[in-house]
Amino acid sequence: MIAVRHAVLCVALVAVAAVAPVSRGSGAGPTPAVPVAADADPAPARQRELLELLKQDCGSCHGMRLTGGLGPALTPEALRTKPAESLAATIVYGRTGTAMPPWRRFVSEAEAHWLVARMLNGATDATSP
Amino acid sequence: MPPRRSVSVRSILAAIAAAAIAATAAVAAGAAELRGTGDLGVVIERAKGRVQIVDTTARTSLGVVDGLGDLSHASVVYSRDGRYAYVFGRDGGLTKVDLLERRIAKRVMQAGNSIGGAVSQNGRIIAAQNYTPGGIKLFDAVTLELLADIPAAPGPDGQPSKVVGLADAPGQRFVASLFDVGEIWIVDASDPRQPGVRRFRDAGRQPYDGLVTPDGRWYLAGLFGEDGLALVDLWNPDRGVRKVLPGYGRGEEKLPVYKMPHLRGWAIAGGYAWLPAIGRHEVLVVDTRDWREVARVPVAGQPVFVIARPDARQVWVNFAFPDNAQVQVIDAESRKVVSTLAPGRAVLHLEFTPRGEEVWISARDDHRVVVVDTASLKTLATLPADSPSGIFFTSRAARMGF
Repeated sequence: MIAVRHAVLCVALVAVAAVAPVSRGSGAGPTPAVPVAADADPAPARQRELLELLKQDCGSCHGMRLTGGLGPALTPEALRTKPAESLAATIVYGRTGTAMPPWRRFVSEAEAHWLVARMLNGATDATSP
Repeated sequence: MPPRRSVSVRSILAAIAAAAIAATAAVAAGAAELRGTGDLGVVIERAKGRVQIVDTTARTSLGVVDGLGDLSHASVVYSRDGRYAYVFGRDGGLTKVDLLERRIAKRVMQAGNSIGGAVSQNGRIIAAQNYTPGGIKLFDAVTLELLADIPAAPGPDGQPSKVVGLADAPGQRFVASLFDVGEIWIVDASDPRQPGVRRFRDAGRQPYDGLVTPDGRWYLAGLFGEDGLALVDLWNPDRGVRKVLPGYGRGEEKLPVYKMPHLRGWAIAGGYAWLPAIGRHEVLVVDTRDWREVARVPVAGQPVFVIARPDARQVWVNFAFPDNAQVQVIDAESRKVVSTLAPGRAVLHLEFTPRGEEVWISARDDHRVVVVDTASLKTLATLPADSPSGIFFTSRAARMGF
């Protein structure tokens, strides 16, 4: 039973990973203008903005406390088994066929990675970034 | 025996004294002051898990009721006497708030994740619509005792579908939509412990919300997964589901949707339905006699709430992120935007006073509620509020589909 569930999950994750590059190339919108700085954290003021965006605007569907709504929960427990790379791609490019929109107009890839790291650690309180 | 009797007499006297003190305290708190509730309402302070109780005549806040849990998405229905607000919280909390005594009268945790609810035609049943576990629950409006649990049909992941668009309808019925499986359900709650369910399969892809028209005849579900709406004639449910405005997007690619719109009976005015277009900067206008499109009104962003003033002369619109710092007013006759207001950052909701001479607007990121005269468009009052979201006035108590 556990093995079956694990196998299904792996298939689902592969599907997620496969969807992201396809929509990346679809040309549905402009490519992100924000430069990608792989290792640099966003500046403190930008960090606060991103956490506020996460709480308020991601929160419209995922809940202000990220416990889920029309979109799934984004708590550390809920995200534990999902690869950070595909989570960041989901933020930037959205998920075709679901209500998850692309956020690349507002969030760069590097910022998406930073947000994912915060979500995985459950450190998403904007008042103490 | 005699000593025991004297003890019981003493305890009765003590009880009487305690009651007298309690009554005095209530008077001191203003609870015993006689007043109606017709000009009262609540403002949700979403991040604090509390509500302000407001007076629309005095344009003031009367006080705060705390301890309502996660109100990041909250909605409210009213008892038919207008005294109690039933607040549905995101965390599944259902709280009955006494507006006169300004306290929690009853509170239950009824689900893991909830989105709203409705009150039955006779006011005796509260229905909650839930995401986790997906389904509808019926409660006694007085005691909040659970009367029935109606799990939704399972979605593709095997979990019960999320339920959206729950509204009351005549005949002790509730109507709702199932987001994950694209169904509309009519729940007959005339025997609330043994409710009947009528399912309409293939109603449309990903219904996101629904409304019952003010006359109680039509249920209209907005669809996220396709361009169009699903319509059920509640006088003639045997006729099934009909599509309205099929393909209104003309096959054009949708804009990303950063917030789902909300539907309720406020969309119906002067014989027309004023509806948010999904993924478009438009309000769609539909003639409710034949449900055909008659106009499209270009607006400043993707509409979230499209609300007619009670006299149907104006239609007010707020918008999804990132266009949510403005509110637009459409003239219902010319079907054109005649004013654009900037009441504050992150406008989440607006609510008209019962007859529409004023509108209350919540600006989450400026932590205020702004009261605007709907004729002159002048600001009449500004009330401080912590991250205000929904505003709900007791005049909803008497409106079908609210």
